[in-house]
Amino acid sequence: MITREEVEHIAMLARLRLKPEEIAKFQKDLSGILDYFSILKSADTSKTEPMTHSIKLENALRKDEPLTGTSEDAVKLASMAPESDQGYLKVPGIFQ
Amino acid sequence: MNIESQTVQSIRQGLVRKEFSALEIAKAFLDSIKDKEKDINAFIQVTEDLALHQAKEIDAKISRNEDLPELAGVPCAIKDAILVSGERCTAGSQMLRDYIAPYDATVVSKIKKAGALIVGKTNMDEFGMGASTENSSFGVVKNPHDLSRVAGGSSGGSAASVAAKECVVSLGEDTGGSIRLPASFCGVVGLKPTYGAVSRYGVIALASSLDQVGPFAKTVGDAETVFHVIRGKDPLDATSVDQNLSHGNRDMQDLKIGIPKEYFGEGLNSEVEKAVRQALGKLESMGAKIVEVELPHAKYALAAYYVVNTSEASANLARYDGMRYGFSKRENNDLLASYLDSRGESLGPEVKRRIMLGTYALSAGYYDAYYVKALKIRTLLKQDFEKAFEKADIIAGPVSPILPFKIGEKTQDPLAMYLVDIYTVPANLVGLPAISLPAGTAGNLPVGLQLIAKPFQEQVLFQAGKALELS
Repeated sequence: MITREEVEHIAMLARLRLKPEEIAKFQKDLSGILDYFSILKSADTSKTEPMTHSIKLENALRKDEPLTGTSEDAVKLASMAPESDQGYLKVPGIFQ
Repeated sequence: MNIESQTVQSIRQGLVRKEFSALEIAKAFLDSIKDKEKDINAFIQVTEDLALHQAKEIDAKISRNEDLPELAGVPCAIKDAILVSGERCTAGSQMLRDYIAPYDATVVSKIKKAGALIVGKTNMDEFGMGASTENSSFGVVKNPHDLSRVAGGSSGGSAASVAAKECVVSLGEDTGGSIRLPASFCGVVGLKPTYGAVSRYGVIALASSLDQVGPFAKTVGDAETVFHVIRGKDPLDATSVDQNLSHGNRDMQDLKIGIPKEYFGEGLNSEVEKAVRQALGKLESMGAKIVEVELPHAKYALAAYYVVNTSEASANLARYDGMRYGFSKRENNDLLASYLDSRGESLGPEVKRRIMLGTYALSAGYYDAYYVKALKIRTLLKQDFEKAFEKADIIAGPVSPILPFKIGEKTQDPLAMYLVDIYTVPANLVGLPAISLPAGTAGNLPVGLQLIAKPFQEQVLFQAGKALELS
């Protein structure tokens, strides 16, 4: 069983504010699922390389050229932000 | 016009013979949606204006005697994880409830160009995380065959909308079974293409090494047509692949179908097994040869899948930080609090659970035990399939171990929900094409047969599927 402190630590790493009842629920859920994952331990992988990608691909490269876009596109994208100003995103202060 | 029996072919014929106009088709299906949605809830949004506008364009082409593109006038629904420019795209989440797509996904550009009428954005488990559409924050999708049961997930709305005749074809997205499972539960055809066959540009990511977009349809032929419209190398998706597809039809007499015993073991519902074996018997009676194959590492696939899925999801969903788009909560100009609250308040329980699991699996001290281990299982599983494909052209089994279940039956037990994916995840881990075909019914509930082929051999799946349809 993973501890309450571990759940809180993971939630902080994942940037999730959890309610007290969520912490208790996740402690139980995550423990059950991690128990199930322990089946992986019984597989012999001593001579096996990991595979990140199922279909073999060589490096996919393209020319480093700017794509055409307009200042309206930039405004359109910026305006999707919760707060923006003249095409720039406004965010809470980074430094105190 | 009888909307019940319409296919891509019949719509094309009707338009050419001027039996009906594209506008009449659009209106008939939009009426069907209005009529059925109170029961089914397949759509998060109906894009009526877009469909009517596209229909008028098709009618204008007809009046000018221009050639009609492949999907002219075909009503098509799109999973709400796929961007349609100018339309809301929520991925089933409160995080994106007001998000308007700024551009078309490549698959959407392609189906627009092919003349399809986009009738709406379909309901789904939040960010594709679920097997029942019960994790949608816009309500559960009901199974058209039994409204007390789930339609499957995560692309439940895309499957149910085709089954309920609210559209003719639809697009879904499959990360671990999210096309095949709802297709099986709703009794329609659903294809997960080979990884890299279809562009993921403009598709809201769940697990990038597993995700593929694919079609739902009532017939194998329609699924095939849509697949050929959407597939192909896309410069905007570096993982998409130039494909050399074989078009030659194989004689059924030469077709070898491999049956892995791992797909017929403990946990398989007997009625599902009976329907699947009957469907395989039909293929055998048409001359296909049934051979036994082994997938010895299949027993590790589900655990490996959920490690990879949650790890990639935790990284992919880090972008929802409340800064650039989506739900945002800001108080006292506090950056950390804004991240925590924006995500904590708008993401649902299953999404949080998976982000937490993935964060845990990728964290220092656990990375090798979970993530790297899962990637090694992927290699072993790939070797299993390569060996099995030395003996067989197709590997066959059930799509789901169980029949469509009651709404609410599994919502309190996340692991029980994960186990529904047990037969579908291997194809995603290995990148193989796989199709769900209606195999029959148990009572009034549909059962799906799953056929899996070698990479970029979708054609053999279509061929076997068409043979089964005719039987």
